[in-house]
Amino acid sequence: MLRYALRRFVTSVVTLFLVITITFFLMQLVPGEPMLGENINPEITERLLERYGYDKPLGEQFVNYVTGLFTGEMGYSLVVKSGEPVFEIIAERIPISVELGLIALAIAICLGIPLGVLAAMKHNSLFDRCFIFSASLFVSVPSFIMTIALMLVFGVWLKLLPIAYLDSWQSYLMPVFGMAIYPMCSLARLTRTTMLDVIGQDYIKTARAKGLSTPKIMFKHALRNACIPVVTSLGPQIAGILTGSFVVEKVFAINGIGRFFVNSITARDYPLIMGTTIFYALLLIGCNYLVDLAYGLIDPRIKL
Amino acid sequence: MTEKYDPKVYQALGITEQDLEPATAEEKASNDQMRPSLSYWKDAFRRFRRNKLAIVMSILLLTIILLAIFGPILSPYTYKGQSADVRQGPSLAHPLGTDKLGRDIFVRLMYGTRISLLVGFVTMILVCLIGITYGAIAAYVGGLCDNLMMRFVDLMMTIPSMLIIILLSVVLRDPLKALIENPSFTALASLGSGLISIFIVLALFNWLGMARSVRGALLMNRTQEYVLASEAMGAKSKWVVVKHLLPNSIGVIIISATGVVPSAIMTESFLSFVGLGVSAPVPSLGSMANDALNGISSYPQNMIYPAVMISLIILCFNVLGDSLRDALDPRMRK
Repeated sequence: MLRYALRRFVTSVVTLFLVITITFFLMQLVPGEPMLGENINPEITERLLERYGYDKPLGEQFVNYVTGLFTGEMGYSLVVKSGEPVFEIIAERIPISVELGLIALAIAICLGIPLGVLAAMKHNSLFDRCFIFSASLFVSVPSFIMTIALMLVFGVWLKLLPIAYLDSWQSYLMPVFGMAIYPMCSLARLTRTTMLDVIGQDYIKTARAKGLSTPKIMFKHALRNACIPVVTSLGPQIAGILTGSFVVEKVFAINGIGRFFVNSITARDYPLIMGTTIFYALLLIGCNYLVDLAYGLIDPRIKL
Repeated sequence: MTEKYDPKVYQALGITEQDLEPATAEEKASNDQMRPSLSYWKDAFRRFRRNKLAIVMSILLLTIILLAIFGPILSPYTYKGQSADVRQGPSLAHPLGTDKLGRDIFVRLMYGTRISLLVGFVTMILVCLIGITYGAIAAYVGGLCDNLMMRFVDLMMTIPSMLIIILLSVVLRDPLKALIENPSFTALASLGSGLISIFIVLALFNWLGMARSVRGALLMNRTQEYVLASEAMGAKSKWVVVKHLLPNSIGVIIISATGVVPSAIMTESFLSFVGLGVSAPVPSLGSMANDALNGISSYPQNMIYPAVMISLIILCFNVLGDSLRDALDPRMRK
């Protein structure tokens, strides 16, 4: 287990480094340069480029950037508040994004998995049919459309919930559900399928023959085996929630980090592109690492 | 010990002597009413046909495809033709009304549907080309090469693809623009550099699953005797892979390929929605949704059309993918 954890840690670090490298060089290929504008004295542009170190050869810039990272130096944004440190921009806006993302993830897991188990228990019942129909419907709706649909129905037409900002608990409902519905339905569908597989196996019949209660069989015996593929799918789900946050923060005017990801690319804000990429990559790779470690805890048969 | 033909025993068992007569040809024929043996494809098709939802979705998808092809051809409007009739409601002239620049929404919607379907199919074809070649080479060469190739796939899978996809789709646009202006590539010019860069980017990050499942299927088939027989008769490895192994893995390939389509369409609509996809004025369902976002409280219908269309297309492909998997999976055979 420890060896596996260490080995996976090393590959995670390698992946992170790979992502940093790819992003750094791809970013330089984006057409257009920072500090370009009409009516700017070329001398000033040159001095600005020199100040930010963009006049050096690319290789040197990269080495400087990576060594800077080790000392916690992420550079200064070229656009936001004309020169705010990238680290501060991210640190200031992380809490709200992470909070929304975590609530959405929690909802997806805590509602999705029990719903899937319930549908599998009542296989072919009316509930199961309704469930599988609506879940298939909802996994076909991209999360940005779900977010807008929620806003349109509950915010604009019914006027039940606020349509922008986060100031009361009601204002959390739409952004969080906009992000959570897609992963919730896909987790529920997956749980149902794997549960149906497991329920047919002999050891479940044995448990039933021993006289165990149905909830105990389902949640203690069946779910434990059924949740291995579900846990595997958590990694991509988290990535999906993150991409959902790009849109949710735009639609609901939330001052989080998600909107910076796309905006920094269109603004050619090199340090901020790197900063947001590193932040997202760290988050995703970290989550995948935890998910991989979780296998050993869930299924003792898997020798890590 | 009883005698061989003891009538008492016959009586006790309720058998008369007539029962022991040999059967006539007629009787034999009536006993032969077994199911005619079905080929894999006939059997799969029979199972697919029995799934009513899948049939409904196939018809729906076919209708959408036909509308997307013929809608813009038959309509008198073009996707970029502006007019003074701004923000009109549905009418006979404009079945779905017009947008803020006076463009016919129906034509734009159908054109956007074309783009979405095109993205789905082209990505699927590219993914098949890359994934099958890669998986087949890894499986057939084996050894160290296979190991290295699969480690590379593992590594690619851990990269958070959305970040790179967003960046790459912007980066590729300018070199592609230069490329399609080259007279020898005029066929591609009509697609636009934004769309081509989306094809490339989506293919680049979606072939991994295909490569894995093709390799798995080939490795499974490779251990079978007919491959050994073919090799013993002197078949070259290319022959074995192309003539024996790939045709026998076609089920797996189809299942992975149909899985790629909805996810490609979803990613494209997301990219267009955040403004990084197909470049204006070419409409994409995602960019139409983005345009409608500004006037959403006054003109919600402009948002609903593209939103419903994207969801319908993805729903069709999801249902088709699921039922194809059920139909093609040999374990489901009864």
